[in-house]
Amino acid sequence: MSEAVYTEDHEWLLIEGDVVTIGVTEFAQEQLGDVVFVELPELGAELGAGDEAAVVESVKAAGEINSPLDGTVSAINEALVESPDLLNIAPQSDGWMFKLSPTDELDASAFMSGDEYQQFLANNN
Amino acid sequence: MAPESEVSKTIFYDYHVAAGGKMVPFAGYLMPVQYSEGIMQEHLHCRDRAGLFDVSHMGQVIVRGEGAAEALEKLMPVDLQSLAINQQTYATLTNEQGGVLDDLIVTRWTEDTFFLVVNAGCKAQDITHLRKQLPDFEITYLADRGLLALQGLEAKNVMAELVPEANTLVFMNGGHASIDGIDVYITRSGYTGEDGFEISVDPADAFALADILLDFESVNWIGLGARDSLRLEAGLCLYGHDMDQQTSPVEAGIIWSISKSRRAGGANEGGFLGADVILEQIASGASKKRVGFLVDGRAPVREGAEIIDEAGTVVGVITSGGFGPTLQAPIAMGYVPTELSAIGTQLNALVRGKPRPITVTKMPLVPQRYFRG
Repeated sequence: MSEAVYTEDHEWLLIEGDVVTIGVTEFAQEQLGDVVFVELPELGAELGAGDEAAVVESVKAAGEINSPLDGTVSAINEALVESPDLLNIAPQSDGWMFKLSPTDELDASAFMSGDEYQQFLANNN
Repeated sequence: MAPESEVSKTIFYDYHVAAGGKMVPFAGYLMPVQYSEGIMQEHLHCRDRAGLFDVSHMGQVIVRGEGAAEALEKLMPVDLQSLAINQQTYATLTNEQGGVLDDLIVTRWTEDTFFLVVNAGCKAQDITHLRKQLPDFEITYLADRGLLALQGLEAKNVMAELVPEANTLVFMNGGHASIDGIDVYITRSGYTGEDGFEISVDPADAFALADILLDFESVNWIGLGARDSLRLEAGLCLYGHDMDQQTSPVEAGIIWSISKSRRAGGANEGGFLGADVILEQIASGASKKRVGFLVDGRAPVREGAEIIDEAGTVVGVITSGGFGPTLQAPIAMGYVPTELSAIGTQLNALVRGKPRPITVTKMPLVPQRYFRG
């Protein structure tokens, strides 16, 4: 199993061949607070890097989740619709948000490794 | 008063930081929006057990002088002359256009001494207004004084051990008391819809008082986030959001706060700023009104969302909205034309461009549990 890579927007990506699973990090869920609603993209939607892909609403605020790459939505985590708190409980496993099929071949080195992300967090807080 | 670019701290700042408070700027102060438990748990803890709120950012002001009741009545449509000593009332400071400069709680301390608690964001303006309108009265701003609110189902159990006479107070009454030798002024009031107390304390004793209260297993600090969701469920206005200088108390749906004696035909009719506008609105109705909404689905509808009718025409705006942890559902309040304000009226709110069905609902959405004796 490959290791997740990270973005500066506190998203994680698990790249497994033609399928990229995307969610938010532990740090992001802490910042969001109690999640009460998640709006996911539509299956088959074509997203460009930076496009709004999902919305996470916590008790206090709404946060946008942007697509980290160009791709087509191949799966969404329906469990989040019924149990939005999965995103707080297990943001980096059961609380995954959506899967993309990348338009172009993906270069994992364009993202941060787990260690680099931890360093990024340390530098920015 | 500090300019807006500077942030102040209440006497409890260090206490909040040590307790894990996430400090954010609010009305010129760095205040805890939440502690480590998070807004949802804090909200539920307050309803089910007891919550401690630092509300020292609010303005505590004393107005003193012979005839203070009559003088203050020129600025607010309430009957202060009939207010008993140690009794308090909710009131609005009105402007000449009938709008609301601030909402506040007024307590009569003596025949000629009134204790006002005003909103943090309005206090500089309010004090200027009071000094200008009441030049012959002594206006004292208690800048450093602490104010704690203890709210929730178990608040009275805490008081039963610390200061049993506080439990003899009924809602909107107060008195001087001593907690472990600390002189305080306690009122039975609050901003959560729950039974509870507000305790005004000298800054020198503030930490000791917080220690005593937090020593109870039932008492936890509660941040601004849960304060907002609690008051929203209780149907209470947040000044600057649900009510402002452009809205009258009639439009804000708080006619109940205008004493009968100050209305048309009353013994002390009118005689306050904006009385002509406000009394006319009471007689003929206002064109818009603040109402509560239940929201279909789970997506919160937040402040600023436009309200549309069946034809898709924008008819109003959401002024407060979020997720109600006790109701486990999104709730909101906002302004609509009076003809669309009846309970049960179906409308839509635009959330990220999409219409979300909302229904006008009776407030409060969670029943208030004030102690009325």
